[in-house]
Amino acid sequence: MTTALPVINNSPTARSPVSFDEKLAQNNLALEAAVIDTLQVNVGKLCNQACKHCHVDASPKRTEIMPLEVVEECLDVLRMHKIPTLDITGGAPELNPNFRYFVTEARKTGAKVIVRHNLTVMFEAGQEDLPEFFAENELEVVSSLPYFLQAQTDAQRGTGVFDKSIKALQKLNAAGYGRGENLILNLVYNPVGAFLPPAQDAIEKDFKRELKTRYDVEFNNLFTITNMPIARYLEWLRRSGNEHAYMQKLVNAFNPATLEGLMCRNLISVDWRGNLSDCDFNQMLDLTVEPRAPQTIADFDPAKLSKRRIVTGAHCFGCTAGAGSSCGGVVAG
Amino acid sequence: MHYYNEEDLGRFGEIAKYKPELFEKFMAWYQACQEEGALSKREKALIGLAVAVTVQCPYCIDAFTNSALENGSNMEQMTEAMHLASAIRGGASLVHGIQSHNAHDKVSM
Repeated sequence: MTTALPVINNSPTARSPVSFDEKLAQNNLALEAAVIDTLQVNVGKLCNQACKHCHVDASPKRTEIMPLEVVEECLDVLRMHKIPTLDITGGAPELNPNFRYFVTEARKTGAKVIVRHNLTVMFEAGQEDLPEFFAENELEVVSSLPYFLQAQTDAQRGTGVFDKSIKALQKLNAAGYGRGENLILNLVYNPVGAFLPPAQDAIEKDFKRELKTRYDVEFNNLFTITNMPIARYLEWLRRSGNEHAYMQKLVNAFNPATLEGLMCRNLISVDWRGNLSDCDFNQMLDLTVEPRAPQTIADFDPAKLSKRRIVTGAHCFGCTAGAGSSCGGVVAG
Repeated sequence: MHYYNEEDLGRFGEIAKYKPELFEKFMAWYQACQEEGALSKREKALIGLAVAVTVQCPYCIDAFTNSALENGSNMEQMTEAMHLASAIRGGASLVHGIQSHNAHDKVSM
């Protein structure tokens, strides 16, 4: 199931016809953080899959794993500052040996906990009870399924991933996920190639109809996410000769109305070492929050982090194209 | 040497150079035709792709392939649309065979 792909270090940014900051200036806009309502923690780059579009360059070969000390620092922040949402991502976050401790302690703070779950990890040794663990802790599950057909899904996520993903979704449904409003199961669509996502509400209807009819699978919402031109996806854009056209497409689709809802305004991203970034994409480019703001979770200070200037790059055009893109789907209706 | 250049699709706006008001009207019409209406944007993108293949316009095929994908279609659906348009085109030729039958019957004993 896993595909051996090269691990890319120090990923360069995409070549854009205009810089993101120039585009903001042309539109008399500035990008500044507001109140932090989400702590997004990347607990490591280890994953049982190696997807072609992965901005983390995650794979079974990665060894970066958040240690317990940093998990404790994240929990201290949740306890002290009552941040409403903890969003746990990776890699496959469940492969971090501290994952279950992190979740159960975080739930005690009253925070809503989201896990970015790749579905197939529940078939790894020792992970078979994940649906029940998720349900017991009332986690919100967000899972990638780039398309409701095997060919597209396997092309992006690896041979055999689609069939396993469907089995995993059926297990999550059996555990109570996606069939009501108590246990939320959201899916993520992202384009299998160098094009923009369709309208979220339209493709959600297709997914609901096709997954129910073909596999008796149900879910709550579908989020459409634009592929970010960094890391492994950027390498693919370059290899396939699509970088220029894709960046032009993102720039042409720049939508000023997306600015207010961009996730970087209300989220702080923590890497496996505890460093702070404006989003998971910046984190992968080693772009930490602006120098005047606290740089690590140990120094977390909401007052000093609010109103910080968001660090931008060409990849930011991915979040502002069309209806916009975030870890929760579109940002502008 | 070839006459079609991929980059020329991005230069389409240059057609406005000598008659801007007509191009403006064309663009307004062209864009309005693709908006959500009694037909969905996805259905319209599939129609656009089928017509593009039928009129054999490389720019339109490029544009409407992307448009179909960006409206959630897959290659199976897109291929069905292209087959239908091609079959109509083939049928349109074949039905003219009746003209041949008529001509034959007129001069034959």
